[in-house]
Amino acid sequence: MIRVDEKGFYGRFGGAYIPEMLHPNVEELKENYEAIIATPEFQQEFRMLLKDYVGRPTPLYLAQRLSEKYGAKIYLKREDLCHTGAHKVNNTIGQIILAKKLGKKRIIAETGAGQHGVATATVCALMGMDCTVYMGELDIERQRPNVERMKILGAKVVAATSGSKTLKDATNEAMRQWINNPVDTHYIIGSVVGPHPYPEMVARFQSVISEEMKWQLQEKEGRENPDLVIACVGGGSNAAGAFYHYYNTPEVRLVAAEAAGLGVSSGKSAATTVLGTPGILHGSKTILMQTEDGQVVEPHSISAGLDYPGIGPVHAHLFDIGRAEFVAVEDEDAMKAGIELSRLEGIIPAIESAHAIHALNMIEYRKDDVIVINLSGRGDKDLETYIKWGGY
Amino acid sequence: MNRIHYLFNNKQERVLSIYFTAGFPHLEDTIPVMEAIQAGGADIIEIGVPYSDPIADGPTIQDSNKIALENGMSMKKLFEQLRGFRAKINLPVVLMGYLNPIIQFGMEEFCQKCKEVGVDGLIVPDLPMQQYLDEYKSLFEEYGLVNTFLISPQTSEKRIRQIDENTDGFIYMVSSHSITGAKSGISEEQIAYFKRVQEMKLKNPRLIGFGISDSETFTTASKYSNGAIIGSAFIKKIKDSKNQSQDIQDYIQAVIN
Repeated sequence: MIRVDEKGFYGRFGGAYIPEMLHPNVEELKENYEAIIATPEFQQEFRMLLKDYVGRPTPLYLAQRLSEKYGAKIYLKREDLCHTGAHKVNNTIGQIILAKKLGKKRIIAETGAGQHGVATATVCALMGMDCTVYMGELDIERQRPNVERMKILGAKVVAATSGSKTLKDATNEAMRQWINNPVDTHYIIGSVVGPHPYPEMVARFQSVISEEMKWQLQEKEGRENPDLVIACVGGGSNAAGAFYHYYNTPEVRLVAAEAAGLGVSSGKSAATTVLGTPGILHGSKTILMQTEDGQVVEPHSISAGLDYPGIGPVHAHLFDIGRAEFVAVEDEDAMKAGIELSRLEGIIPAIESAHAIHALNMIEYRKDDVIVINLSGRGDKDLETYIKWGGY
Repeated sequence: MNRIHYLFNNKQERVLSIYFTAGFPHLEDTIPVMEAIQAGGADIIEIGVPYSDPIADGPTIQDSNKIALENGMSMKKLFEQLRGFRAKINLPVVLMGYLNPIIQFGMEEFCQKCKEVGVDGLIVPDLPMQQYLDEYKSLFEEYGLVNTFLISPQTSEKRIRQIDENTDGFIYMVSSHSITGAKSGISEEQIAYFKRVQEMKLKNPRLIGFGISDSETFTTASKYSNGAIIGSAFIKKIKDSKNQSQDIQDYIQAVIN
């Protein structure tokens, strides 16, 4: 059985390795979140907002021309059609309702590509809550439109200037701010990372993705289970959502596409399961890219959302026990896959999601396999990267 | 007897602990800085093991960690530097380091090395109490290392009591709910917290850390505890010092007198 235990571990990964100053915050969350989200009141508000505000259920679209090209029956789970342009909002809706029930007044968040930042700024505007988003200085430069979106929505965007100036450093900064403001502030973590209970909580909010996939496949294929589910993994929230209801269905193959950057042996990569070893990052035991001395290595990916030196503990466990297959997709192949999907299906994907598309070239499957690719986000935010890349 | 126990058996007031980052500002400064801290009259030396992602530290210590790593500091290097330091230094020495570099080094090997070179205690800010009890307590004890826990104004009385039960060195009180170096001065609210903990009559001595920078803040903190820890303010002092040993001694003298 793949499930989190009461100490927050998936197998040997997970837990809550946090400074004592964060203990009361994390404990408060751990003690309350399950009870709160189990209430009919929470569920009603959560479901209503997912439907009427986010636009769920998102379509499960049979990509005809992509299917023809790859010789399988390929469905795209259209998370790119969510309000704000990616799956991230599923989680922020859940956490903002939770934060309100916990009596919090202020929200902080980290962001890489800016999608989680925008999704957080959006729900804060919706609920009238004060919002500060920490973002790596480098990401602020390469994701300008999302920075402006957050500002339009009324959020304050603060640059993280330490380390590689990307997602890892934004996460460090958000954790420090939480230490400084422990009482009235809720930290909305955007991925299935961080101390317990975050990885499981975020996965549960994202699990709506595979919950819908099941009944949508039942409608379209007469069976709930696809043969394969493919998703990209940075921290791994969209993958956790897409895999969640299939964790314990071994006949469904789970494929995780990591970012190889310029190549796994180039020194400019974010392929965590290839390059990483077990250790502790951002409060949980997981697999991370580090030196022999235990210093965290700066990752690289063309997609800001995958530019992270670790993966969520649940993914480390899926990798550890061989439940999921991991592939490492290089920048160039992801960009080409993004353009390919644009031309074949009229959908410009986020570069993160393009990694999942390219995974089709890296795995074996049968001709009549039903494959669901989680199209986690749309490419609007990446226009500048596409333009710089050219090749279209 | 462990030097930390010996110290608190003989001194219960105005105990001063100085934190600095190993290998900062220059790689080979570790031992000279320790000597100067001793010569200046401090009571405990706290050596920070630099880490790439120090989430409990503010900009000053983050920066010193980064520079130390760029200088080539590592756990291995640190133990090399510390070999033989007991010939020169008799103050209690505490290593403060994040968990990941320690477990990559190997927890048992780390404890063994600490004992070998003459380290007395450890502060591992991201090692939670329960994990410590479940996984590492017996190891720390086997090698005679005193483990120090942090408490903050949000730590419940019940948990403070638990922490008090499970350590026999000292308790590190975070004075504001804050990362290191974030605030200066001591507020009314903080004093209320100091008093609250003082009245709990814990078995362990308490040192107040975070936000202590000079004689005034040191004296205030010492009124409500057994002493204090200075970190960021000390790092700032030595960062651009041209006459390091003298500057360190002058600074410590100014704080304690």
